[in-house]
Amino acid sequence: MTTSRRKFIKISALGLGGVAATTSAFNMFGSNSYLNEMVKENITKKLKRTPTYCEVCFWKCAGWTYSDNEGNIQKIIGNETDPHCYGRLCPRGTGGVGMYTDEDRLKTPLIRTTINGEETFKEASWEEALDLIASKFKGIKEKYGAESFALLKHGSPGKHLEHLFKAYGSDTIAEPAYAQCRGAREAGFALTYGSWVGSPEPTDIRDTKCLVLIGSHIGENMHNSQVQEMSDAIDNGATIITVDPRFSTAASKSKHWLAIKPATDIALMLAWINVIIEEGIYDKEYVEKYTTGFNELKDHVLNFTPEWAYGITTIKPEVIRKTAREMANAAPAVIIHPGRHVSWYGDDTQRARAMAILNGILGSWGRRGGFYLKESISVPKYPHPKYPHPKWDWRDIGEKYPMAQMGITTEVIRAAIPSADNKYPVKAMMVAGTNITKSIPEKALLEKAMDELEFMVVMDTMPMDVTGYADVVLPECTYLERYDGIRSATNREPSIAVRVPAVKPKYDSKPGWWVAKQIGERLGLGEFFNYNDYEEVIEWQLKQMGTSLEEMNKIGVKHFPRKSGPLYIEEDKKYEFPTASGKVELYSKELKNLGFDPLPNYTKHPEAPQGFYRLNYGRAPMHTFSRTANNPNLNDLKSENDLWVNPKVARIIGLKTGQKVWLRNQDEIISSFSIKVRVTERVRWDSVYMVHGFGHDNKKLSRAFGKGINDTQMVSKTMIDPIMGGTGMRGNFVEILTENPYKTVEI
Amino acid sequence: MRYAMVIDTLKCVGCSDCVVACQTENNVPIGYCRDWITETVNGAYPTIELELKSERCNHCENAPCVRCCPTGASHQLDNGIVLVTGDECIGCGACIESCPYDARFQHPDGYVDKCTFCHHRLEKGQLPSCVSVCPTKCMYFGDLDNPNSEVSRLLKNRKHKTLAPEAGTKPKVYYLI
Repeated sequence: MTTSRRKFIKISALGLGGVAATTSAFNMFGSNSYLNEMVKENITKKLKRTPTYCEVCFWKCAGWTYSDNEGNIQKIIGNETDPHCYGRLCPRGTGGVGMYTDEDRLKTPLIRTTINGEETFKEASWEEALDLIASKFKGIKEKYGAESFALLKHGSPGKHLEHLFKAYGSDTIAEPAYAQCRGAREAGFALTYGSWVGSPEPTDIRDTKCLVLIGSHIGENMHNSQVQEMSDAIDNGATIITVDPRFSTAASKSKHWLAIKPATDIALMLAWINVIIEEGIYDKEYVEKYTTGFNELKDHVLNFTPEWAYGITTIKPEVIRKTAREMANAAPAVIIHPGRHVSWYGDDTQRARAMAILNGILGSWGRRGGFYLKESISVPKYPHPKYPHPKWDWRDIGEKYPMAQMGITTEVIRAAIPSADNKYPVKAMMVAGTNITKSIPEKALLEKAMDELEFMVVMDTMPMDVTGYADVVLPECTYLERYDGIRSATNREPSIAVRVPAVKPKYDSKPGWWVAKQIGERLGLGEFFNYNDYEEVIEWQLKQMGTSLEEMNKIGVKHFPRKSGPLYIEEDKKYEFPTASGKVELYSKELKNLGFDPLPNYTKHPEAPQGFYRLNYGRAPMHTFSRTANNPNLNDLKSENDLWVNPKVARIIGLKTGQKVWLRNQDEIISSFSIKVRVTERVRWDSVYMVHGFGHDNKKLSRAFGKGINDTQMVSKTMIDPIMGGTGMRGNFVEILTENPYKTVEI
Repeated sequence: MRYAMVIDTLKCVGCSDCVVACQTENNVPIGYCRDWITETVNGAYPTIELELKSERCNHCENAPCVRCCPTGASHQLDNGIVLVTGDECIGCGACIESCPYDARFQHPDGYVDKCTFCHHRLEKGQLPSCVSVCPTKCMYFGDLDNPNSEVSRLLKNRKHKTLAPEAGTKPKVYYLI
C-alpha cells in the first residue's frame, strides 16, 4: 500500500549511475529557470472557483473546482460548510481531476458495425447515434411495449435517464447499489424501525462512546464524513470494536478486534443479545417505551450463549461478554454500524435485523451518540406531464422477493434471457454510470443476457468493460463539465448543493441531461424536457427554495433549518416509529406473515474445501468500484490490487510477496489475469482478500488493463437473499495457481 | 518561528489524500510524489499492530542535504523550512543520497524537488495542502517556538517519535504514537 515511487527510485538510481545522466540533467537547466517560474505561476495564478459535488463515489461531497483562464482544472477542494466533507475531500475527490484529464476517455459516440465480417465500433456523430437510439426505443415499444426497455444506472446521469424512461413508459429500472450492495440492510432496518438507514447513514459517530463495525471497514472505504467523525471519536476516547476476519485499518484503531471466522456474524450477534438480556444490561426504559416483541426475543436467544457462539465464531466467550458489556456501558451512545456493502451470504437481511435489534435493545436509535433523526429538504419537481403507467415494472420482475424496495439488477438481467415462463421479457437495455461487468457476478449469465438483447446502449465517461458489449456507446462528459440535479443531503440538518460546470466538455462528450432530452425529443416527449439548458431547471428549483444560482455560485452549499423536530428522541415526549405497531419491531410479525424467521437465526454456510480459500474483497481508500482504476491521479496511488495471503498459507504453497499468481474457483473459473501476492498477518488462513475493482478487460483503459484480478469474475456462485433478492457474493472459494494457466506449449 | 508538523498515527488511515492533494497543489508530475504513505505491520495473527503514516521531507534542523549541496540551491529559511532553488540546482543528486528519509527526487525537468511545507500557502496564511485536506484531521502544523501552538501542546502531552533519530538530523516532522 506504500505509495508508488517507481520513477523516483529509477531516476535516483540513474543519478548514481554516472556522469552521463547528471550531465544531461545539467543541460536542461537552460530552461529550468523558466520552468520554475511556470510552476510558481501555476501555483499562485488567480483561479476561478466553481461549485460542484463529487461524482467519484456516492457520498457526493460538495466542493470547489479551481480552474484557470485557459480552462484547465488545477484542483478540487472541499466545501467547508458541507456536512458530507467539512471542507476535506477524500483522495478520490481530490483526485477527481483525473476523471477530467484522463486521455483514455470516451471521446465520441460509437456505433457497432461489421467490417469484413468482424464486429467493430465506428465513430459516429451525435445525430447519428441519437437517431439510431430513438429508432430502437420506438421499435421496442411497438414490438414488445416500452416496459421491455430496461435501464441499469448509478449516480447523477441515472437520474436524467430515469426521467426519460418513465416518460417513455418504462419503469424497468434497477441499480446494483441495491441488491448487490446495501439493499439487505435497508430491508432489515425498515422491518425493525420502519425506515431505511439511507445514505449517508445517520450514525452519530462524532458523539459516540462505542462504535461497533461488523465487516465495515471505515478508513478503507472513504465514506468521508464517517471517516472524519471516526477520527473525532478516537480523539474523544470512544471504544471501537471491529468484527472482521481481516485486520482492517479500522481494526488497527480498535480497542477490540474480534477476528471472527467468516460467515458467522449472526451467531456472534445472537450471543451479544443473549449476554445483554441475561445480564439485564439492556436499556429497560427504551425497550419498554419504544419496542415490541422483547419477550419473544428473550426466549429466542436463551440458548445462544457465548459458549455456543465460541464454537461457531472462534471468538472466546469472555471476549463476547466483555464487548457486550462495553456496548451496554456506552449505551445509548453506541452504534452497531449497519455497514454498506452487505450482500454477503444470502441471509443478509437477517444479519441486518440482528444489528437493528442490538441497536434497539441498547436504545441507540434516535439517541445522541447512536443514530440521529435525519432530515432532508425536498427539491421541488420541475413541472412536466404525468408519466404513463407501465403494464409491468421492476416490482413485477422482482415479485419473488417480497421486501425488495428497488429494482433487482440481477433479476432484470435474468429477464433478458428468453424462457417459456418469462412474463416480463427485457429486450433492450441502457446502462449508465455503472460497469455491470464488474459489479454483477455470474459472468456467464450476464453475457448470455447481453447476447440475447436486441439492443444495448451504454453511456459512460470511460471505455469501461461494459462498453464492449454495447451497440451504441455514448461519451458522457465528467461531473466537472456539466450541470446535474440539486443534491439534497439527508443529514443532521437539511442542506443542498449544486453542480455547475467548471470547464467546457472535453472532446465530443455531452452531459447526461442533454442526452436524455435529445432522445426524449426524438420520441415526441419534448414536453417532459421543457428547457434548453439544465441550468434553467436548477434556477427554477432554487427559486422555489428561496435561493438562486447566483447565490449558490458563491456558497456552493445552502443550509435549511430542521422542521421535523429535535435531532434526538425527547425523553418526555411520545415518539412513534413509522412501523405498523408504531414501535421498534424486535420481533417481526411482517416477516412471520411472509413465512420468514421473525427473529434472526444463525445458518451455517459452506466452508472452503481442502486447498481452497474463501475469497473476501473490500475497498481501498483511493478507489471507487472499478470506476477509478484508470484515473491517472488515483492509478498513481494504487495501480493494481494484490492478494492478501496469511504467512502460514504462503509457507504451504511456497508464496512470496510480489510473486504473480492466478486464481481458480470452485467452478473452475480461472482469473483472466494474474495478481501479485502480499504475504501478511492481517488476513486469516482460511481466506484470501483483494481490493475490488481491478483486472480490467478493456485494452482502451491503458493504465488499468490487465492489472490485477477482478474479484467479481471469481464470483460464479451467489446466494440469494429470499427476503429482498440480494446477491450474496462471499461464498466463493479459490485455489492459488503459481503457474500461468494460459501459457502456450511450443511443439 | 520554527515550523513543525505533527502527525497522529492513531488517526491516520493511510488513504493517500495528502499525496494526491500535494500533487495537485504543487503541480507534481504524475509518477512522482513529495509525500507518501508507509505501512508497518508487527505481530502475528491475531495479535497484530499496524502503523500507517504520511511521510515527507522532515525539514531537519541539522539538514544533511543543505550541508552537502555544492551550489547552495538547497538552503534553509530562518523558520526552518528547507527549500531547493530550482535554477541553482545542478541535479548532482548529492542531496538525494544524503537524505536519510528518501524525501528528495529528481523532477523530470532536471532539478531536485521535495516537500516545501507548502511555503507558498504559509505566506498567505494557509496550512500546507496535505494538512488542510486530511479527512482524519491527523495532521497538525505550527510553530514550535510558540509554547501555546497546537503542535507544541500535542508534543508536550502526547507520546511521540521522529524518524531515524539516530541520524542526528533533528527532524521537524513528529509522529504521535
